Amino acid sequence: MLILSCPYCGVAADETELHPGGEGHLVRHGPGSSDDEFESYLFLRRNPRGVHVERWRHVHGCGKWFHAARDTMTMEVIGTYPAQVSEPPSEILNALGARSA
Amino acid sequence: MKHYSAFAIAREALRGHTGWERAWRKATPKKKYDVVIVGAGGHGLATAYYLGKNHGIKNVAIIEKGWLGGGNTGRNTTIIRSNYLQDPSAAIYEKARSLYETLSQDLNYNIMFSPRGVLMLAQTEHEARGYKRTAHANALQGVDTEFVSPERVKELCPIIELSGPRYPVLGALWQARAGTARHDAVAWGYARACSDMGMDIIQKCEVTGVRSDNGQVSGVETSQGSIDCDKLCIVVAGHSGHLAEMAGFRLPVESVALQAMVSEPIKPCMDVVVMANTVHGYMSQSDKGEMVIGGGADGYNNYTQRGSFHHIEETVRALIETFPMISRLKMLRQWGGIVDMTGDRSPIISTTPLGNCFINCGWGTGGFKAIPGSGWATAEMVAKGEPGPLAAEFGLNRFREGRFIDESVAAGVAH
Ligand SMILES: Cc1cc2nc3c(=O)[nH]c(=O)nc-3n(C[C@H](O)[C@H](O)[C@H](O)COP(=O)(O)OP(=O)(O)OC[C@H]3O[C@@H](n4cnc5c(N)ncnc54)[C@H](O)[C@@H]3O)c2cc1C
Ligand SMILES: [Zn+2]
Repeated sequence: MLILSCPYCGVAADETELHPGGEGHLVRHGPGSSDDEFESYLFLRRNPRGVHVERWRHVHGCGKWFHAARDTMTMEVIGTYPAQVSEPPSEILNALGARSA
Repeated sequence: MKHYSAFAIAREALRGHTGWERAWRKATPKKKYDVVIVGAGGHGLATAYYLGKNHGIKNVAIIEKGWLGGGNTGRNTTIIRSNYLQDPSAAIYEKARSLYETLSQDLNYNIMFSPRGVLMLAQTEHEARGYKRTAHANALQGVDTEFVSPERVKELCPIIELSGPRYPVLGALWQARAGTARHDAVAWGYARACSDMGMDIIQKCEVTGVRSDNGQVSGVETSQGSIDCDKLCIVVAGHSGHLAEMAGFRLPVESVALQAMVSEPIKPCMDVVVMANTVHGYMSQSDKGEMVIGGGADGYNNYTQRGSFHHIEETVRALIETFPMISRLKMLRQWGGIVDMTGDRSPIISTTPLGNCFINCGWGTGGFKAIPGSGWATAEMVAKGEPGPLAAEFGLNRFREGRFIDESVAAGVAH
């Protein structure tokens, strides 16, 4: 069972308590954007073998969206952090850097 | 290649089975091939087979990082049907189903195609309306299906519970010519035929890089060295995103684990396939007597070939509601495969941004049934350099152009 800690309420939640929301930090495109930008935003995904930065919602808990960095090969969770940021916070980036070093 | 026949069995019985040959040659990579296919699953092998058979292209290597058929082709629950809603899907799945009917003869290899019929249960009013619509669409497409009553469902599958606790059975979409086949045999049969045409099937050889020259593919790097090719076809299911990254593009595909399991063998009790999409589970009985059970896919990307435990629980719960008699069955094995999901639940058979590099992927939870038709269409595309009528609608561009082939209803439960 995948367990993620909700960065808001601090609960270590089982995956049955959560809802997955797909790749995180997608750059959103709106009116006036090119076809390439729309395609990239709506459909194209990194789908990495390795660390995936993704969105989750604590549906059966506080109800809030948050981010997680998780390894898709090993299921290791590198960390979770709030939704209101456009890139992973430094402690997550450092942890990722330490892994690839 | 020696022909398999009743006579051959008798001959070998008399001489202690000393005369059987290996089904396919062990191959080491040559310097260069006309076509390199990455992935020796059903779709890769079938592509190679029809490249040779339909287009006379035989200087072909099929490169596999593990063993052939060890991906989803050897992990699926073997349902074959063609009762999809949209015309392009009906065309390619029906082509595949009809090729399956004579595939054993064509390959001289018993793939155990069993057209036992598939029932897709309607358990809500909405689902019943949806399947009636599919039956009408299928009639126009020339695919033989009908919407049948609950009484007929019970006749076809006596162990079913029509008035379950949550969702009564309101009818079903019945395709009498649908069924199952032996998954390994499909891979092995194609492999044997490819090897017989002189193609090289190179196992335990992982592709680690794609080489290109002026926007045209020129070869691949592998764990057994570098191999040149004029054309490259990527057919790696769940690993498509990884290969696309090597070739320099991204795909509208995400990889998740899908699970299945089999029970201990019991006496014959069910001679059709039943899919229950509302409660989310499906079941058939193998020739060995095991109940073959499949259910839900994970909701998040992963490559672990394992899957989440709670899906097993949900699937079993759904099937006990539908078939109360299985409640005491013991499960023997459970496994997962990494499936490649697209947004419209339809596959991709396409040219790519890299010249002479083609891709076949996105079959997700339901590509076993499509293997012969997909191989046929992909071989045509690789041979001619552009997709023919069967593949044309399945191009990568359909996403950016908004021409989806929406099969999220027909795909229903992950099958
Ligand atoms: C549990 C489960 C149940 C299913 N049930 C059904 C069903 O009932 N009916 C149905 O129609 N479909 C079903 N499917 C879907 C079906 O199995 C797949 O769509 C189909 O088998 C895909 O075939 P393929 O040849 O594209 O992929 P695969 O068989 O997965 O072959 C791809 C191959 O590529 C190889 N590869 C990957 N990366 C590399 C690399 N870098 N270098 C070299 N080789 C590489 C892999 O090792 C693999 O052997 C099910 C799938 C699962 C997992
Ligand atoms: Zn919370």
